Amino acid sequence: MKYTFLLYSDPTGFAGLTEEDWAREKEVYGAYIGALKAAGIFVSTDWLQPVATATTLSTRDGKTRIEDGPFAETVETLGGYFVVDLPDLDAAIAWAEKCPAAQYGKVEIRATAMGDG
Amino acid sequence: MADLGAGPAAIPRAIAEARVAQVARASYGRLVGILSAPAGDIAGAEDALSEALQAALVTWPGSGVPDNPEGWLVRVARNRMTDAHRRALKRDPLPVEAHALPVSGTPQAPQDDPRLALLFVCAHPGIAEAARGPLMLQAVLGFTAAEIARAFVASPAAMSKLLVRAKTRIKANAMPFRVPEGALRTERLRDVTEAIYGCYALVWREGPEADEMQREAVFLADLLATDMPDDSEVLGLSALLAFLHARRSARLDAGRYVPLPDQRTELWDHALIAAAEARLRQAFELGRPGRFQIEAAIQSVHAARVRTGKTDQTALAALYEGLVRIAPTLGAQVSRAAVLGALQGAQAGLAALDMIDDARLARFQPYWAARAHLLAQAGAVTEAREAYARAIALTHAPPERAFLASARAALMQS
Repeated sequence: MKYTFLLYSDPTGFAGLTEEDWAREKEVYGAYIGALKAAGIFVSTDWLQPVATATTLSTRDGKTRIEDGPFAETVETLGGYFVVDLPDLDAAIAWAEKCPAAQYGKVEIRATAMGDG
Repeated sequence: MADLGAGPAAIPRAIAEARVAQVARASYGRLVGILSAPAGDIAGAEDALSEALQAALVTWPGSGVPDNPEGWLVRVARNRMTDAHRRALKRDPLPVEAHALPVSGTPQAPQDDPRLALLFVCAHPGIAEAARGPLMLQAVLGFTAAEIARAFVASPAAMSKLLVRAKTRIKANAMPFRVPEGALRTERLRDVTEAIYGCYALVWREGPEADEMQREAVFLADLLATDMPDDSEVLGLSALLAFLHARRSARLDAGRYVPLPDQRTELWDHALIAAAEARLRQAFELGRPGRFQIEAAIQSVHAARVRTGKTDQTALAALYEGLVRIAPTLGAQVSRAAVLGALQGAQAGLAALDMIDDARLARFQPYWAARAHLLAQAGAVTEAREAYARAIALTHAPPERAFLASARAALMQS
């Protein structure tokens, strides 16, 4: 079963980070990705540009409407995700606990609705 | 249908119906556990089992009761689930996994009892706490949402929604149907025991459903204690519920609630009390005290009244001190104050009540009942009358309302 970890955090928390802080942050995530790969459960991941850079689009009656900004303004924003392949929710919880984002933000676990086919 | 192991002879309809009802009662949770585990589909399992029971009512009078009634029901229900799955997918079914059915007649290791796995998934931390107890009552014991709603004083629609949501979450998230190992088991076991305790404690004391649900909560705790004799708190819970349930017949007199000190001990279930004492000793021998064991020990002190004719308030006070230290629930704090009132006088009890600092007190019925009782003892009639009024306003169960109203009326006359 594929689970997606949606990583939410308050971006103002990153405001004061130095170059070294970012480098350390990258290392921490690199180690987590390495652990996921070593366990053979890694599917994909991405780290997203800040929410202010989002482009939001909808198509109604053949007309496309484009907005500059996020779908919803929230304090904690989606900053990245992991897709992992695991047997059940307990395994997903155990891996989400190890996700660095759990320590400063929130990790939302969502199971796939597409099955394993 | 010969491969279903049907017996050769037709039997009277009434006997077939009685057998169906008997198998349903004895095996419900085990069958739902077996049927729901592969796809995590509790709702589908319940529907399929109910269809299989209907089919048994139709088939068994003509064919006789199969040699293995549980196996028969599982196979028919599995076929229904496969059909439903195929209809849902509108394509050929997925290959059905070929693992053998654990059916009656083949003794299993207790850990393999599908009801245990079902209990653990019902108490998963990913399910709302309020839904855990009701979900166990439905999935493991087969109560309907309407019955559970009545027992928990909730609206049937709200209860139904709560249960549907919980089952959807179990299936969508692939919550595991197994007894976890190690630290996870220890942690999750607390959720299971809390939910079983909640089943017993939260159920409204009135009505046949509540009575039956309390009995089933005692049964679930016993099942758990039989399977996990190395967990002192599981044993403590089983002892606690057995002690409480042993007093069920003494709790009511002509529709009015009888408080524990006034209960006639000859109405207590002495066999159940003996079983509770045995479980509690078994728990103590493990040398790891905990909340449920202390609560069971408190009930054991009350049960001793059968032999001694009185209640050892000093022992109760010491146990409540211990209880509020490790589990300072509102109920424990209020009970501790009531015991101090009995031991050292009403003023001491009222002082202990005044020490409790919690915003929920305004709506906590036992607090107002205890306060009213202590105020009445202290001779503060006006204040006692007000406290009784607040207690009555917060009481749902008619027997308890009747008890409080008569205590208040007695106060007016004095």
